[in-house]
Amino acid sequence: MATEGLVRPRLKPAPRAPLAPQQAIDAFARRHRYRWWEALPWAAAIAAYVLFPSYLPLGAQILATILFALSADLVLGYAGIVTLGHAAFFGTGAYTAGILAVHGWGEPITGLLAGTAAAALIGFVSGWIVLRTTGLTLLMQTLVVATLLYEAANKASWLTGGDDGLQGMEVWPIFGQFRFDMFGRTGYLYCLAVLFLCWLFARHIVYSPFGRSLTGIRENVRRMHAIGAPVRRRRLIIYTIAAGLAGTAGALIAQTTGFVGLSFLNLERSGGVLIMLIIGGVGRLYGAFIGVPLYMIAQNRFSEIEPVYWYFWIGLLMVLVVVFARGGILGLSERLRQ
Amino acid sequence: MLQQKIAGLALAAAALGALAMPAAAQTVKIGFIDTYSGPFAQAGDELDKGVKLYIKEHEKDLPPGVKIELVTRDDTGPNPDVAKRVAQELITRDHVQLLAGEIASPNAAAIAPLTAEAKIPFVIMNAAGVNIPRISPYVVRVSFTLWQISLPMGQWAAKNGFKKAYVAVSDFIPGHDAEAAFTKGFTDNGGEIIGTTRIPLSQLDFTPILQRIKDAKPQAVFIFVPAGKYATAVMKAWADLGLKDAGIQLVTTQDVMLDEELPNMGDIPLGIVSAGNYSSAATRPQNKAFLSAWNQAYTEKAIPDMFSVGGWDGMAAIFDMIKATKGKFTPDEAMNFFKTWKNPESPRGPIAIDPETRDIIQNIYLRRVEKVDGRLANVEFETIPQVKDPWKELNPPK
Repeated sequence: MATEGLVRPRLKPAPRAPLAPQQAIDAFARRHRYRWWEALPWAAAIAAYVLFPSYLPLGAQILATILFALSADLVLGYAGIVTLGHAAFFGTGAYTAGILAVHGWGEPITGLLAGTAAAALIGFVSGWIVLRTTGLTLLMQTLVVATLLYEAANKASWLTGGDDGLQGMEVWPIFGQFRFDMFGRTGYLYCLAVLFLCWLFARHIVYSPFGRSLTGIRENVRRMHAIGAPVRRRRLIIYTIAAGLAGTAGALIAQTTGFVGLSFLNLERSGGVLIMLIIGGVGRLYGAFIGVPLYMIAQNRFSEIEPVYWYFWIGLLMVLVVVFARGGILGLSERLRQ
Repeated sequence: MLQQKIAGLALAAAALGALAMPAAAQTVKIGFIDTYSGPFAQAGDELDKGVKLYIKEHEKDLPPGVKIELVTRDDTGPNPDVAKRVAQELITRDHVQLLAGEIASPNAAAIAPLTAEAKIPFVIMNAAGVNIPRISPYVVRVSFTLWQISLPMGQWAAKNGFKKAYVAVSDFIPGHDAEAAFTKGFTDNGGEIIGTTRIPLSQLDFTPILQRIKDAKPQAVFIFVPAGKYATAVMKAWADLGLKDAGIQLVTTQDVMLDEELPNMGDIPLGIVSAGNYSSAATRPQNKAFLSAWNQAYTEKAIPDMFSVGGWDGMAAIFDMIKATKGKFTPDEAMNFFKTWKNPESPRGPIAIDPETRDIIQNIYLRRVEKVDGRLANVEFETIPQVKDPWKELNPPK
């Protein structure tokens, strides 16, 4: 709003000034405000809870995966850091929460925070090293981090269960009251609440000056250097934050399914979340909310209808998106509106 | 989310449609969880064929008015989180009365606690992790445990002139079971283990390990890896390094000498000894009948294996239970029936469920790879009758 006060007087004396800059200023001033359609995903999530009580375990996994994709969107879509190792943080969060629960600390909320913190730490340390590079080198470095963690988890089978996965997690009721039931009600609402808080946080970041400078770094890193923006520090900060959020997502899945395995750290997990994000639309904050449900529900439906050959239909869906909807569903809808 | 809603509405419509159908008086709903994708899909396919063949052959024997409905789901391989969710959905949404199937042990271990919570009997048709029936009183298993098979293998090796053996297993629970059981059987009978290696499941090149074994010069080597691509890779390295010519005897489990894989291995496996609960080369009349039904349904070339027979016998147990209860049973009635279920007519010989452990009691066969009618087969040459799972006797419940 400060900009409004500063800029407007300069424009007013020039009667012939075109309207466009004024509109742009207003748009800038208003861009962080909530819009009516931003309530849609949440309304849909609550409606799904009421309408489809027998799909809640899947719903909880979708909600947690949305958070994972949202965190990937922060690094890929906003900061332009191309990563193939985002599962490293997802897995770290999941294993942290899981190992705590196996060894007698099943309190979910502290477990969730511990998972977030551990993942953020790994994100900070690895980001401090890998973010010195860019482009393909960076891509390979992120892949290396995830692979190293994968092999570490594989080797440390006394701690992680290795290829068998972490069995026997005991997650306590939330606030000592709400048990994780077999129908997945508690798990669903728990994931929904955590996703909502994380979304508020992510939205706040994206619309802050910090978020703007990230977009600047993505669009033109040289200019950002030239105007004196601390590019490396900002990239490291968003990388750490996104790692933490990915860790939260991993811990959520671990706690609601009661299991962590090596697949939480593998390349398929890193690639899968990118695919879902790309289907939805990258760098738009809501891509995750569209791509993840679409992909996971399709996957679920296809595998129920045709348990033997369902991968074919998933493949077909991917091909259609790549051919007809570059920029994802959101990109497509933007193009249609124009 | 909108998409979720639309897909959801479509689902709701489908669900309403299903509800509107007049429920047949006695339809027994069985949730069948199997692996149809990923590296274990071949095993899943054999299991699926065994189950479907039994249903096809015996559907007419069901009591009048009773039908069974198989709700089939894919667990995508050893992914316990997927398996658990699928089982959850089968129980809460499809309201199945029984669960059945499951190839991978970690998956079965993840499903077992649900069966205890929901009181749904779970007939495990393959997953061999030794302690799974201890997790839930509603688990019954018709396949085998690695202890049941590897311990007799160790005993046989020690009693037949092999004094020094090397052990190499995949680094996961079934591998650890096989290693411990073989070692016990071998050393209790005077053998000596001169080396042990655990191979990560991510590793498919067995050359370095087999080279190390060759250099250690044991008289015999015991190898356990999962069936499928692992077993094929082991045999390839075995041939490349010429361990047979170096005078080393390979002893293994049926997983490595899978019946339907033998024709793809050339003459390399000739002479390899393995222990198992089923060989398609068995000459029992029950097996001949099974084979002819199999070949009629799935072409002359198709070869059933231990997975198929697990599916076949699992369905036999379920059918017998349905016949005994005329399709009306509580979970506990079903479990009581399964606990004392016997089948003297299985293709693998007489089998019975041990009421104490809910694991199977069966013959274990020692088999040698030989040429029969021009193609390789696991020919049974020694039978150890009615073996109980030795691990549960060595480790009584606390």
